[in-house]
Amino acid sequence: MSTRLAKGGRYLDRAEAQSFTFNGKNFNGFKGDTLASALLANGQTLMGRSFKYHRPRGVVASGAEEPNALMNLGSGTRFEPNQRATTTELFDGLEAKSQNHWPSLEFDVGAVSQYASRLLPAGFYYKTFIHPRPFWKHVFEPIIRQSAGLGQAPKSRDADRYEHFYAFVDILIIGGGIAGLQAAKTAGKSGARVLLVEQTAHWGGRAPVDGVMIDGKSADEWVNDTLQELDTMDNVQVRSRMMGAGIYDHGYVLAYERLTDHAPEIGGPRHRLWRIRAGQVITATGAIERPLSFAGNDIPGVMLASALRDYVVNFGVSVGDRTVIVANNDDAYRTAIQLEAAGLTVSAVIDARETLTGDLPNQVKALGIPVHVGRAIAKVLGGKFVTGVEICAQAGEGAPLETIECDVVAMSGGWSPVVHLWSHCGGKLTWDTDHAFFRPDASRAPTSHDGAPFVAVAGTANGHLTTSAALADAQSVALAAAKVFGHKGRAKKSVVTEPNEAAMAPVWVMPQGAGIEKRSKMWLDFQNDVKVSDVQLAAREGFESVEHAKRYTTLGMATDQGKLSNINGLAVLAGSLNAEIPQVGTTTFRPPYTPISMGAIAGEARGEVFQPMRRTPMHAWHEANGAEWEPVGHWRRPFCYKQPGETTHDAVTREILAVRHQVGLLDASTLGKIQVSGPDAGKFLDMMYTNMMSNLAPGKCRYGLMCSENGFLMDDGVVARIDDTTWLCHTTSGGAETVHGHMEDWLQCEWWDWDVHVVNLTEQFGQIAVVGPNARKVLEAIGGFDVSAEALPFMVWQEAPVAADFDGKAAPIGRAFRISFSGELSYEIAVPANRAQELWDKLMVAGEPYGITPYGTEALHVLRAEKGFIMIGDESDGTIIPQDLNMGWAVSKKKTDFIGKRGQERSHMADPNRWKLVGLETEDGSVLPDGCYALANGNNANGQRNTQGRVTSTYYSPTLDKGIAMGLVLHGTDRMGDVLEFNTITTATVRAKIVSPVFYDPEGKKQNV
Amino acid sequence: MSKMLAPMARVTRVEGLGMATVKLDLEMPDLVTKFTEIFGNDVPKPRSVIASGASAGQIAWMAPDEILDISMTHQDLLDRQNLWYALDLKTKLTWANVSDARAVFEIAGPGAREVLAKLCPVDLHPDSFGPGEMRRTRLAQVPAAFWMPDASRFHLICFRSVAQYVEDVLALSAQGGGEVGFF
Repeated sequence: MSTRLAKGGRYLDRAEAQSFTFNGKNFNGFKGDTLASALLANGQTLMGRSFKYHRPRGVVASGAEEPNALMNLGSGTRFEPNQRATTTELFDGLEAKSQNHWPSLEFDVGAVSQYASRLLPAGFYYKTFIHPRPFWKHVFEPIIRQSAGLGQAPKSRDADRYEHFYAFVDILIIGGGIAGLQAAKTAGKSGARVLLVEQTAHWGGRAPVDGVMIDGKSADEWVNDTLQELDTMDNVQVRSRMMGAGIYDHGYVLAYERLTDHAPEIGGPRHRLWRIRAGQVITATGAIERPLSFAGNDIPGVMLASALRDYVVNFGVSVGDRTVIVANNDDAYRTAIQLEAAGLTVSAVIDARETLTGDLPNQVKALGIPVHVGRAIAKVLGGKFVTGVEICAQAGEGAPLETIECDVVAMSGGWSPVVHLWSHCGGKLTWDTDHAFFRPDASRAPTSHDGAPFVAVAGTANGHLTTSAALADAQSVALAAAKVFGHKGRAKKSVVTEPNEAAMAPVWVMPQGAGIEKRSKMWLDFQNDVKVSDVQLAAREGFESVEHAKRYTTLGMATDQGKLSNINGLAVLAGSLNAEIPQVGTTTFRPPYTPISMGAIAGEARGEVFQPMRRTPMHAWHEANGAEWEPVGHWRRPFCYKQPGETTHDAVTREILAVRHQVGLLDASTLGKIQVSGPDAGKFLDMMYTNMMSNLAPGKCRYGLMCSENGFLMDDGVVARIDDTTWLCHTTSGGAETVHGHMEDWLQCEWWDWDVHVVNLTEQFGQIAVVGPNARKVLEAIGGFDVSAEALPFMVWQEAPVAADFDGKAAPIGRAFRISFSGELSYEIAVPANRAQELWDKLMVAGEPYGITPYGTEALHVLRAEKGFIMIGDESDGTIIPQDLNMGWAVSKKKTDFIGKRGQERSHMADPNRWKLVGLETEDGSVLPDGCYALANGNNANGQRNTQGRVTSTYYSPTLDKGIAMGLVLHGTDRMGDVLEFNTITTATVRAKIVSPVFYDPEGKKQNV
Repeated sequence: MSKMLAPMARVTRVEGLGMATVKLDLEMPDLVTKFTEIFGNDVPKPRSVIASGASAGQIAWMAPDEILDISMTHQDLLDRQNLWYALDLKTKLTWANVSDARAVFEIAGPGAREVLAKLCPVDLHPDSFGPGEMRRTRLAQVPAAFWMPDASRFHLICFRSVAQYVEDVLALSAQGGGEVGFF
């Protein structure tokens, strides 16, 4: 059983006890513990259940690579699943629950499936649940989701706060081990702006645990001295608890800083996502130890040799009294030496190699520890915990030679450099046969905009497993990076004393000739329950690509992304395919390196500021006067203004009738207002619009259509000619930015030599429409400019010095446009936005005797539909050309060119069978369903009913007291009076007659008075 | 769990600034002499803002063909309009009043750089950004631009429609406890 040792634990502050709960039970640990070390200190070796077979699982690693010890942390608004116990720093009051079991961790009903594991081989789900098809969604998937899966999804809103931070540095160094520190020191001295980040709370990486001596100092001393030296450099900043998460194009790097996870009481943001632009990135991310594949290697108590010594040295935790070490390399012997030093028993070291020549095995032998060469583990004994191992010859098939009782098995299959960050942005790998690992190939580095490399790897991550080589590598990499910025530096070589290590021997299956029974108990991926036999089966079934094999078997998926299983898995795959490992290659390394919180990704964008909302100058007034909001782009516009006791429908009806019979007031500020000016502005607008704009007289307005290059209708609006060289183009509310961009695009890329300026003045003006038979009277009451039919006729604009007494300030000078989107007498008055609310208030007062009524977008829509005016986004949808909408009159025949002209001449655009816009009137006066189709005879090849048209706009018209609609219908304009049948969401159909789309005042008398 | 901590910087609204967008070809050979004559200063370089000499205003580079003229009052701005036309260039010059299209914020105090660095992808290191610099950028999800009237504060402009959003995100970003200690 695991326990706390009386002495030791470099990270611990034994004076500060911290209490926490695990599955509701109270435990104690110390400040400096991780959740994993604290659980082990309390004898809790069982930490979770596996994904597929629900097998008992203990902790395997001591860091970010941990696949098993995943916890549900916290509760309520601070609940978070899948947190690694090995990287969760303990704090007082921490609540943890293990995952993936029912009813309890100790007794899991789902574990029965381990007896059925022979029935759940690779691809089981794909093979079993494919038929009958509909069963997947409704039967199989819900059940599988119940039995499989890791943590639970949080149900409450996250109570914490998160943020982003943009940082710019010359050199970013990721990894605060000795290589990272050495690189930072070297680069810092050169004068470059340096940021060094370390994912854990501690500096120095593995070196202090492994007893490295640098420049005559212990690693701890060297690390502290180096940190102090870095602290004196103004150009260097170091930050711990900050992980380099991903490297992207052009030196863009995401780093994930965990500010309060270790101490929630300190307040402030919980996580900060750093968005870094680095000139050069150095990854000094170290290496991860590989497990060995032997039968029963997933039983709690089997763990990485390096992790075992971490628990002893860093946390003063013994995982068990008697340890068997199984290895294929010299490094694992460090564990034996550390355990022995801590007073624990190493029952045996089992080494797959035939001969041992390194210093470390000799030291271990000298300690009297039995070392078995050429041996392997035939099988681990035990169920929920290790009770012993059977030893066999590595060269054989696994016949047991000896049984050794033990509580812990420490395995080491060699080391894999952490090449993830190097690979994120295209860095390539090379297979190092001597060490049996992939290491970065510096000749194929990630390159930046200039084709030069912007990522370099230093130290162990670069394949240098010895301290002296790692430190020297860090220096040369840092000097090279500094040189990019013109900084010259010099570095003194570090003096390192370290043991001589002999070569490792690659071991992918243990023993080499293991039969199927053993291979189906050798776990490659502990988290996803993928065994040697599964990968071999996948290879036999033809999943030869490593990417296919990964997806078929689930090897290397989920939260750990195969940090432990990757190399072993692809080595087994290579073995099965009789291929070399480098030929098989690795799966793709994708960011983030380990999962980062959703909160950190969102940053500030949540709650009220999840998305920007655009407010017009009258927004507060609308809000105070019953506005029901409608989102229009990022704008909020009043859909209608509800009075007490009114339904939405009542309000819309009231507003429409008020406009038709009295006078209405509309906030039209959201309309785009784009000023186009210059000697070539007329020529330019003739290209932008389908109709002619250059011949518009100053003072006049003209409705125009704007099409894309392919001829499709894009936007519409009224263009007013301000003076000889200036036009003001109104756009739709949602289209202002697009139209502005469209104009700039053509000007900058195509007609760069035309003397034209485009300025988006949308927000400079508040625009208010005064609409209805009484509109003129209201404006006359305000005074200031002549609104008579003679002075300001239809489609004319004039300067509008709206009359004085605006809070004693000078009256705003605006423009009054006599234009109408309702068919009524209508003026739109634009004034500087800061004065718009005053004008609105004044109009409300002046209009009171005339029944003035503010109206919203729904009334606007119905009013325009009654007149048969089209709406971009209703009648158009990106596939509609003006001719479809019978608007050929607005498409110039005279102009030699305009954007969209050639598109509209294509055969499909000129096809007489294109559906044409018509009005539709139901026989029973009802409102046609939105988006419904006109049915035609027969079915198409897919068994769907043929159609001959569709509804584009449909409303109840209070003016006419019946349903009105517009739609696109085959040969529609030639079929006036025909009755069509429209579908509904039930089987019922609705009959509607084809009529003119202009339902109200077809002569246009009312707007022209 | 979090305590109430003093904000990292003071965020306030600035009212009354006059602003005009001036579009002109900044690479016109005849511009430099005339500009210096009229405004008593060199044509602003990319990403910079200059004092306009004549009055207490500033002139900022916004694009290769765009200037932002900033005045302390609307009246100053209107008074200066003719100075621009007096440049009398061979190609078109467009002057457009955009004072009402903008909202202006001041961010002041020792944490001001960090408040902005949490929202804007700009190198705000004092070696890279100080008085005289102008950045047209993005603040969280909306366009914005800022400059430093002096070494202790920033002025930031955005579109008026998103003023509330900008005020809210600036306040959020300035919340105490979020000090980064980077600059």
